[in-house]
Amino acid sequence: MQFALLIYHSPEEFVMRENDYSHPHLGAWRSYYKALVEAGVYVSGNALEVPETATTVRLREGKRRVQDGPYAETKEQLGGFIILELPSIDAALEWAARCPGASIGAVEVRPLSPETLRRGFTG
Amino acid sequence: MSDRNQDEMHRSVGRTIERVARESYGRLVAYLSVHTHDLASAEDALSEALVSALETWPQNGLPTNPEAWLLTAARRSLIDVIRHQRVVVGAEPTLVLLKENSMEPASSTAFPDERLKLLFVCAHPSIDPAMHTPLMLQSVLGLDAARIAHAFLVQPKTMGQRLFRAKTKIRDGGIPFEIPEERDLPERLDAVLEAVYAAFGIGWDDMFGIDQRGRDLAEEAVWLARFLVQFMPDEAEVQGLLALMLHCEARRSARRAREGRYIPLSEQDPKQWSLLLIEEAEHHLAAAAKHGRSGRFQLEAAIQSVHAERARSGHTDWAAIALFYRQLIQISPTLGIKVGYAAAFAEAQGAEAGLAILDSIASDAVSHYQPYWAVRAHLLQFVGKAHAATQAYDRAIGLAEDPAIREFLLRKRG
Repeated sequence: MQFALLIYHSPEEFVMRENDYSHPHLGAWRSYYKALVEAGVYVSGNALEVPETATTVRLREGKRRVQDGPYAETKEQLGGFIILELPSIDAALEWAARCPGASIGAVEVRPLSPETLRRGFTG
Repeated sequence: MSDRNQDEMHRSVGRTIERVARESYGRLVAYLSVHTHDLASAEDALSEALVSALETWPQNGLPTNPEAWLLTAARRSLIDVIRHQRVVVGAEPTLVLLKENSMEPASSTAFPDERLKLLFVCAHPSIDPAMHTPLMLQSVLGLDAARIAHAFLVQPKTMGQRLFRAKTKIRDGGIPFEIPEERDLPERLDAVLEAVYAAFGIGWDDMFGIDQRGRDLAEEAVWLARFLVQFMPDEAEVQGLLALMLHCEARRSARRAREGRYIPLSEQDPKQWSLLLIEEAEHHLAAAAKHGRSGRFQLEAAIQSVHAERARSGHTDWAAIALFYRQLIQISPTLGIKVGYAAAFAEAQGAEAGLAILDSIASDAVSHYQPYWAVRAHLLQFVGKAHAATQAYDRAIGLAEDPAIREFLLRKRG
């Protein structure tokens, strides 16, 4: 069963991520990815550009509404995601707790829709 | 009464309820459920009693015996609940029993302490072992499901459901509320001790010393072990478990530098250890040894005792520690003990010897086990295999949950 770890960064973590490649926190991230791969649970994932680069589109009453920036104006913003193949939510929460992002931001764990439901979307 | 006096009164009543609830919760739940086998109803009834105490005590003043007051109130609401259930399950005998009991004078010395039975129920072999500790924390110590869920890293809703299922099984599954017979006692007691130690382990790992929540859980476990020693003074392993936990507690503050940096045992300053706790641990370990029955917890306590000896002698007898680990492997060959053995053997006989033991552990068992990779990395670095050491450090760092340990490993990796 697959789970998404949605990683929410504080503004400080976005800054650190962009500017300081040698910061120990990024070292921890690299080790975390290696551990996921070595444990055979990593499916895919990526980091997202800073929230300022986001553009949000809505269609309301036939009119396009384009907003500069992310959908929600909260302090912590989506900074990346990881898809994992794991036997249970318990295992997913364990990996979320080990995620370096959990100790300064937040990690949201969500099961991916089951294959049958996904086909309903994607054909 | 002035507003200020009334405020003060409310606060004082609030504190009393908190204290009574903490000290009496398990006693009352155990007593209320020992005949009905219905933990959930007993807990609900007690919660209701606590709520009505919060409502009435500030107005009417504190009762002379708060615990007896709570028992009477809880029993009344329990009888109501059972009356409602009676139509469905025919709870007539239980009802009669509760009523008979309610005729007894309810002073705190008059009702028997049934908590020991409750501990054995919580760790009964027909209950999922993963639920033994959560059940104890809730039923004996009164922790709420949300707090237990945090400690066990599951959703509060999920923990609530798992606790409910376990209690249903206790109620309907014919699990006896009694101290096991001599024949079954060692095995059944072992399950109880395991569950207490698991609570301690969570409190210990959980951001040691920094996170109040984690520290509380370790304290609760020590409280349970003290309780067990008091009620089962002749069980060597009970004394062993208490000794083990006290030795660990003695080093709590030494594990972190002022700024939160992690300090491994070998670099800790023994002057920061609590000599008082070490002394108490040694007392229990010696008492355990008098029974002439060795066991897992006594051996683990003995290992900690050797470490504590450094406070006096200035050095650590690693050969003795390795020997205790070897005996431990005979009775409890867990991953943690094997890795502990490898680390101790490396200190006594050299890094290569320790690595050979690590190599003998099945690789699929260690893929998620952080301490294995940390020890492996340390030993590889020591023998000059820099590349392999870096890789092992990466695994350990990636598997670390505690940020302070993660930073420690990052520094060591270089």
